Amino acid sequence: MKRAAFSQPLMPVALLMPQLIIIAVFFYWPAWEAVYSSFFLQDPFGFGASYVGADNYTRLARSTEYGKVAGFTLFFTLVVTFLSLGIALLLAVKADKVIRGAKTYRTLLMWVYAVAPPVAGFLGSLLFNQNIGPITDLFAFFGYDLQIGLNYNDTAFAMITVSVWKQIPVNFIFLLSGLQSIPVSVREAALIDNQSGVRRFWDITFPLLAPTAFFLLIINITYALFDTFGIIDIMVKGNPASNPITLVYKVYTDGFRGNDLGGSSAQSVVLMVLVLLLTIMQFRMLERRIHYT
Amino acid sequence: MATVSVTDISKTYPNGAQAVCPASFEIADGELIVLVGPSGCGKSTLLRMVAGLEDITTGDLRIGDRVVNNLDPAERDIAMVFQNYALYPHMTVAKNMAYGLKNRGASKDQIAAKVTEAAEMLSLTPLLDRRPSQLSGGQRQRVAMGRAIVRDPALFLFDEPLSNLDAKLRHQMRVEIRNLQRRLNVTAIYVTHDQVEAMTMADRIFVLNAGAIEQIGTPSEIYRKPASTFVASFMGAPPMNLLHAQADAGQVRMGDVALRMPCADGAVQLGIRPEEVSFSPMGEVPFKLTLVEELGASRLLHGKVAGQDFVVNAPNDDAPLADGLMLSFPAESLHLFDAQSGKRL
Repeated sequence: MKRAAFSQPLMPVALLMPQLIIIAVFFYWPAWEAVYSSFFLQDPFGFGASYVGADNYTRLARSTEYGKVAGFTLFFTLVVTFLSLGIALLLAVKADKVIRGAKTYRTLLMWVYAVAPPVAGFLGSLLFNQNIGPITDLFAFFGYDLQIGLNYNDTAFAMITVSVWKQIPVNFIFLLSGLQSIPVSVREAALIDNQSGVRRFWDITFPLLAPTAFFLLIINITYALFDTFGIIDIMVKGNPASNPITLVYKVYTDGFRGNDLGGSSAQSVVLMVLVLLLTIMQFRMLERRIHYT
Repeated sequence: MATVSVTDISKTYPNGAQAVCPASFEIADGELIVLVGPSGCGKSTLLRMVAGLEDITTGDLRIGDRVVNNLDPAERDIAMVFQNYALYPHMTVAKNMAYGLKNRGASKDQIAAKVTEAAEMLSLTPLLDRRPSQLSGGQRQRVAMGRAIVRDPALFLFDEPLSNLDAKLRHQMRVEIRNLQRRLNVTAIYVTHDQVEAMTMADRIFVLNAGAIEQIGTPSEIYRKPASTFVASFMGAPPMNLLHAQADAGQVRMGDVALRMPCADGAVQLGIRPEEVSFSPMGEVPFKLTLVEELGASRLLHGKVAGQDFVVNAPNDDAPLADGLMLSFPAESLHLFDAQSGKRL
């Protein structure tokens, strides 16, 4: 790297300032506020706060409800990540093999990606709508009464379906480009070495796809943990009582519905630690283990 | 070990482009065939059709006594060395070599024995635990060779295996591949655009041009009796001199130069190799020198004969190069080609 020389010692600082201010205002300040207020018990009407030490955290640890939500979040994250990656991988492998009309086919598959997230959530909720949703109708045809927002399992099913559906195009694009970056001659060498297409995939293609797949794994876990908020909000219709929700959604309901800012802050801190761990894992693995060349 | 027999094989792409014109040939057991030609002449396509990586549009391909047109590449009992080696980047050298054997149900002991043997043959033993990214170009080339030989295939296919190596390594590997192929006595098809590789390695050379085989012959046949002006100018460095001339009543005329040659009247091209002409005071062809290239052992003299470009490869005897040089063309070194079709007369 070239060392740039500045005659004014403050010049580099000034140049970095806009970026640093944005990071400080939108990231460090709220993060600090969350950590700070997690040690206080807020008055519900905003008249004051009293220091309670680690009470908010011990309450979390003892809360069976929090444990239940954490359990569902884990289940939700695993299922959404597995299904959205798995289905996208299947589609990518098949799309990669298409020879005739390949471009049209791929473009069509990627179009879904262009649907904005709230629109996708809305479309999803329409599909599962109690009165006009085609998926509800389909289940009714088989004699099952799908009750989104009322029945715990039904809501969980709809949440997972819409979340997976929404994430597949992103994974598809990355996996397809990952597949296409595998040298043709390596695949041809494998073709000569191994007759079984399935075994070739697991022996050669998949390991070479691993860097992309691992990156996507982290992205998908983050997505399922945090970015599914909108979908959950639409599905539970602001009525989380008997419905499955994730940790992020609980932060929102406890803080802004229950006015328990301290407890909600403690929950956000837990999530921050989780993200930190994920990031460390990503850097460790991605930088060191899964690169070949 | 096997013979290869090809009958009217051709390749036409869906867009109508014909990559390989119908061709038939036989390859004997243990023979090394070199397919040579300029870029886009169809030599790689032909090789890939034999490998099963390209569909065969028409014709039959036999390896041994099996028609293999519709067999998967893995069933054809072939091994291929790719131009960029195509090693599996996530496997060690040993695993790269073992992969093909493992999938053919060889036992662990067999695989280990084969890999050890091949590694020794190619001096790869200390590198067996390395990944391809930790190897040099020449070492990768050896691993690619190793991967091919552990399998004991009926047929070796080489797709320009040396073109990514530097000149010195290329020369060394050329000799090594030839030795190995002789020792293992495996039939081989070798694709290259380098005519030196073709001349030095081949039992027989197939010269390809625009999808068609122009000539099949031993290196010396190709060199001594090129079937067309294309072969004459492609094989040999520097290429054969080709002079436009007019045949008329037993004489071949180029401007004011006339040579006695029995030939039907009409437009012809007269070919003579740069290394087969000599300077002589008794010569009948005046040579106008324009440029000298020193090669060390010899030198290339560029100039004009009867107003047309001409190159002479003369021994470097430090003789002074004066104006008014005269060349003599030995009669047995002259080649005549039809001016239109370029075919040998």
